[in-house]
Order: sequence, then structure tokens, then C-alpha cells
Amino acid sequence: MWKAILSPDFFGTILRATTPILFATLASCVASKSGITNMALEGILLFSALFGVIFSSITHSWLLGLIITVVIGGLIGLILAFFVLNLKTDEILAAIAINLTATGGTVLLLLAFSGDRGVSSSIRSVSAPSLTIPLIDKIPFIGQVLSGQNILTWLSLVAVIVMHLFLYKTPLGLSIRAVGENKNAAESVGISSRRIQYIALVISGCLAAFGGFFLSGGYMNMFTKDMSSGRGFIALAAASMGGNTPIGGLLVSLLFGLASALANVMQLMSVMPYEIILMVPYLTTLIGLGVYYYAQKKKKERLSGK
Amino acid sequence: MENQVVLEMKHIMKIYGNGVVANEDVSLDLRKGEIHALLGENGAGKSTLMKVLFGIEQPDQGEIVLKGTPVTIKSPQDAISKGIGMVHQHFMLVPSLSVADNIILGVAPKKGIFIDTAKAVDAAQSIAREYNFDINVNDKVEEIPVGIKQKVEILKALYRGAEILILDEPTAVLTPQETEELFVQLLKLREKGHTIIFISHKLDEIKKICDRATIMRNGRSMGTYEVKDITTQEMSRLMVGHEVSLTFDKNEQHLTDNIFMRVRNLTVHNSQGVLKVDDLSFDLKGGEVLGIAGVEGNGQTELIDTLTGLNKKYHGTVQVMGKDIANASIDDIRSMEVAHIPEDRMASGCASTLSIKENLFTNQYKNEKYSSGLMLKGKAMDQRSDELIKEYLIKCKSRRQHVGMLSGGNIQKVIVAREFSTNPKIIIANQPTRGIDVGAAAFIRKRLLEFRDAGCAVILVSADLTEIFSLSDRLAVMYKGKFAGFFTDVANVSEDELGEHMLGIKKDERLEGVLYE
Repeated sequence: MWKAILSPDFFGTILRATTPILFATLASCVASKSGITNMALEGILLFSALFGVIFSSITHSWLLGLIITVVIGGLIGLILAFFVLNLKTDEILAAIAINLTATGGTVLLLLAFSGDRGVSSSIRSVSAPSLTIPLIDKIPFIGQVLSGQNILTWLSLVAVIVMHLFLYKTPLGLSIRAVGENKNAAESVGISSRRIQYIALVISGCLAAFGGFFLSGGYMNMFTKDMSSGRGFIALAAASMGGNTPIGGLLVSLLFGLASALANVMQLMSVMPYEIILMVPYLTTLIGLGVYYYAQKKKKERLSGK
Repeated sequence: MENQVVLEMKHIMKIYGNGVVANEDVSLDLRKGEIHALLGENGAGKSTLMKVLFGIEQPDQGEIVLKGTPVTIKSPQDAISKGIGMVHQHFMLVPSLSVADNIILGVAPKKGIFIDTAKAVDAAQSIAREYNFDINVNDKVEEIPVGIKQKVEILKALYRGAEILILDEPTAVLTPQETEELFVQLLKLREKGHTIIFISHKLDEIKKICDRATIMRNGRSMGTYEVKDITTQEMSRLMVGHEVSLTFDKNEQHLTDNIFMRVRNLTVHNSQGVLKVDDLSFDLKGGEVLGIAGVEGNGQTELIDTLTGLNKKYHGTVQVMGKDIANASIDDIRSMEVAHIPEDRMASGCASTLSIKENLFTNQYKNEKYSSGLMLKGKAMDQRSDELIKEYLIKCKSRRQHVGMLSGGNIQKVIVAREFSTNPKIIIANQPTRGIDVGAAAFIRKRLLEFRDAGCAVILVSADLTEIFSLSDRLAVMYKGKFAGFFTDVANVSEDELGEHMLGIKKDERLEGVLYE
């Protein structure tokens, strides 16, 4: 088993499993920084997974499919923003509504579009290609891990850097952080907090859509019902544990990616019943949150000298 | 140039949705280079008038004329672009950002798509230097003291090109020394041709630095006066409608023999682990008011939270009537006849969406008089509520009105009525009159003294030095969790001396009279 775990292949699996969670984590970061918890990520992932399949098959192009999917992801973010900011709906309730709509809606849309029930087996979708970057694939081990990863996996790593620069180095990023931390302060200098939160939620929706597209057009090559399987919620936990920063989010996402990859390897080894192994990512989330917040509590207590 | 009018507000009328007439035919004119006081009790319409000027509210009637041209101010952003800046009473700063980031927020200098950080720091520094503000612009706002935060707020407005600066009760949170420093800076701003609107109800401050004063009462302007031509008594009369005595004649003190509260070596850390109360000891007897002065954040909150049982994590001992409270619940402590008027009346003083009646009984719902164990006794409660509303002069439609609908002063009266209605032996009052009108404040202070005369022990934490001076029998100054000064002869303490202790410039090592043993 150890030989399988320490192989470059295994690390490649971690990266693949991390990609959708990482996109969703970044999506959660930007929403949280603006002061809103985007709990609709799960639904956006699921919708995007379906739309990715549908639109890449219509356009015969993964890139066009991706672009349309990301635009729709942004639109769902916009809808959430409209409910929360204009209609003053509770942000959790609005998100639950979107998530439930996604669960039922994707199955319905799939059936209407292709006649498929639950699995898009008759749709000829186009997946995103893998990418090998010349010099990097020559590096021993790391080259093997990275080489041939899906272009979206590469993109997710680039997105971490872009989001970091965006949040900490641009005027809009500064405004987002200011609104999230003290809305009144931002308003007092003429920043419209509503506009900023709209922007943040649309960006959040777009980022999550990348993750959703990857699920059905990279990680797998088809849509199956409920294929987001909680990754949107895991991402909320990951973003929170990463302090809602892109870099922190990357590190915690990798941890969850590792858990998913381990589950995959253990399935192959059949050391345990399949059903128990499937729980690994969720147990990791639960244990991770417990350990993280316990450590935070201890840290505070240590500081207070008790 | 002299006496050039920069801004006029003419016949402003503002009626809120709930039918409250906040401003009725109010006019105000501002001259270039003057400090103009806007004076009035809470609820007199000062804030509404300033909200209209700053574009937060739109007037129902009347017009605003800026440098000779009528304008409409649609939003704060609009006001800022027209050269009007506002420093709010509650600071509008983002704690985790640096001073420079707060100053440039919303108008950040850019290099490509990124913020030009070097230029931002430069700009913040040069504006601070231009106005002689001694500030390190790289400090994080959460780490700087209140006085500096206020300077950052002023710089924020100046950076945006404010020529007219609205300061909403700027001295409320400052020590006498910080206030002094602020005044020097305001005078410099005046020299440079800025116009300052100074909202306050501290008459002596207005006397000191303002050129003219517009006095408001009940939504109307009572006229604009040259400050040098009007006495403080006249101002107070115009503001309140009748003369209010600002000092109290205290009756002779009758101390009890036994000690009501005994605190020894009390040490408290806050939830972030910062030392807030540092090895504090004191005694309290019946029949006295122990005043605790100090700049906010020097451990007063933590001290009071510990004495009232809200905070259970501390070292040292606290005894109430000879009993240690380490293992006593808040309920237990209250049943030792301790009453608590909390610092933040909305957050921990009342339940704003419940009725006055329900709020009046939140500390007594277990009392047999009002509860049969399973059900509350509605009639007894109704009757007692009406009595209390009458006794405490609570202005309301009926006992069924939601507390949140009342004015600040009346909310505070509901809380005070509830706390005093149990006839406590110890009253712990934290900022009991903050932000409420002069009439209600005087009422509450008088009540506190009545309890003192009746043999009750009172701990009074207050940022209002006049209040501290006029009520306290003994006076402690808190600085960084310790008593930096302790006075048993309150009448002979000067405000300056108190200020030096509040800032930690002067510290008494021997605190005479803190303990009775």
C-alpha cells in the first residue's frame, strides 16, 4: 500500500481530487471576505457540472462550453445576491433554495435535454484537455506529478495566485475586504457595499463554475446526478480553516484532496468495505474542523495564561 | 473673505416614515473658516440635520445652497465630492487595515490594475504632515488608541478634499488631554480656511473653541448666536427649555460598618488573552458611590463583567456580602441583591423587540409575586409595570410598546426601573447616562444618590467626568487594568489631574483609602 501512496501517480490523484474543491474554496473565500457566506456553492458546482456537459456537446468545444458554464455560474451568484441584498432573504435560506433546485433541476434538465436518467451517457460532451508544460515535466518526481494534469488543474493553481493578488493588491479587493469587515466604514467613504457584495458573489459563482465544469469534464467525462457530493460544503470548511485567504485555502484544499485520493487508493486495495471508504472525505472535514477549532481555542487560552 | 458664507441650509423640513418630525423649518448658515457649534439634546434633530447635509437623508422641504448655488446632495459620496466630510461618533474604520489603507480606501492611487502602495503611503504621510498630525501611517488601525483613530478619521475627510467638516460629538471618547490636542488641531484647520461643524452638548467646550452656535430643541432651531455673546446658562436654557442644575447637592454620607463588596488581587484576561485587570483590590461599603474613571478599554468592562458574574475566568477573590462569588451564577449574584446597569443598553441591557412590561420583569420572572411557577401572573405584572412607568417617567404609549421603539433615554429608564425595582443593596452602573438626554440623565443620577443615601453601595463607571465628579464619594482612575489614581477627597481633584492619571502620565503607587482595613 505504501508503495502506491508514495508514487507520483498518487500525488497526481491528489491534485486532481483537489481541483474542484480548490475552485470552490476560492469561491468561498471571496464571498466570505465581502461578508457573505456563499452556501450555494454546492448547487453551483452541480449546475455547472451539468451545463458543462450540455454546452460543450452543443458547441463541440470544451472552451466555449467552459465559458458559457462560467457565465451561468456568475448568473447564479447574481441571483443569490439579488435574493440576499435586494430582497433581504436570509443568506442561508436563499442558498438552501438554490442547492435544492440544483439537486432536482439538474436531473430534470438532463432528462429534458437528452432523455438520460441520472447519467449523461448519451451526450457527447467534450472534456478539457490535459496539459504538459515542457520544462516542468523534466523535473524528477514533481514533473511526473504535474505532467499531463488537466488544464483546469493548472488553472486552479493559477487562480490561487490571481485571487491573492486580486484581494490584497487591487482597489476592488481592498473594497471587498473593507466591506466584509466594516460595512459602515466602507459606506462612509462612498463605497457602495451592495455593489461590492454583488461583484463578490458573481466572482464567487464564476469560480465555483470552473470547479463544477471540471467534475464532469476533466475529473470524469460525464455528468451523474449529485456528482458534486458535498464538495461545495467541504469547500466552506476549507476556506474557513484557511482563514478565508487564497493561500490558506490552497493548503487546506490539498488536505481534503489527499483524503479523497486516499479513499480512491483504499478502494483499489479493498482493505475496507467500500461504504466506509466513501466516508473518508467527510470524516476528514469533521475531524479537520474539530482539530482546527480546538487548536484555535487552545491558542487563545494559552495566550490568556490559563 | 471674512464672514463669507460657504453653505446655507434653508428651511429644512424632514419627517420620517413613522410620522416623527425630526426637523421643522431649520436654517443654518456656515462661514468660511469658522467653528460652528450645533447644540441640542438627544432627539433635538441635530443628527437628522447633519444626515441631510451629508446626503444620508433627503429633506422633505427646504434647500441647501453651497457657495451661492443651490444643490441637492444625493448620497454621502455626493457630499464628499462637494467638499463635505463627516467624522462619525462611532469610527468608520476597518480595524485590520493600516492607517494608510483606511485613508485611501475607495480612492486608492493605482499602478495599472494594482494599488500603488508606495504612493498610497506617501499620500497619507504627506497629508498627515501638512496638517501636523503625528501619525505612523503603517500602523494597523486595531492597534492605535482612540485619540489617534479620530485623527485618522479627520485625515480621511481631508484627503477627500473636505472643506466643511462635520464632527459628531468628537470629544465623547477622549481624555481631557486628547481633547486639548484635538482643539489645537481644529484651530489650525480653521486657520487654513476649513469650516467645522462641532456637534456637542458640552457647553464649556463650545465656549472654548466655537465661534458661533446654533441651538436646536424639538426639531426646531432656537437661533444662531455668537458664542462670545451668550452665557452657558443661556445656552443650556435654550437647549433644554428650562434650567437644569448640572451639579447635585449631596447629602451627608452615612457609611455602613460592614463591607458590602471585597475584591482582592483580581486579575482578568480577555478572550484574546490580553491582561485587562491587573491585581486589583478594593473595598466597598454601603452608603457610598465609588466612581471609576478612565479611558475606555482600560479594563473597566472586564472588571464590571467579573463583579456581575458575566465573566467567570479570573484570578483573585470577589466577595459579595462576605460570600465568594467564584461559583455563583449570575442569578445567584443577583439574589445577593446586586443590580447591574450594563454598558451597552441595546446589546445586553434590554430585549428590544419585547414590550416594556416584559423587559421590566426579565430579572423577576421567578418571583412568586409575578409567577405561579408554571404561568406568569399577568395582572400583577401589568399593575407593577404601570407603577414603574409612572415612577420612572418613562415616555411611552403603553406598557405594551416595544422597548426598541423608545428613545435612548427612555430605554435606559426602563433598564434602570427594572434594576432598581428590586431594591438592591449593591448597584453596579456602567455608563448609566451615556448618550441620553440631559433630563433623563439628571433623573438617573438623582436616583443613584437616593440609593446611596438609603445605605446602598454604588459602583459608577463613567466616561462623563462631570458625572463622576458630582456623584462619587471615592474615585478611582483605571489605567491598563490598575488603579493609576485613587481619591477620597473628590472635591479637591482637578480635571487636569484626573486626566493625567487617565493617560498614565501620573501614577499613584500607594493607593490610600482603597481598602477599609
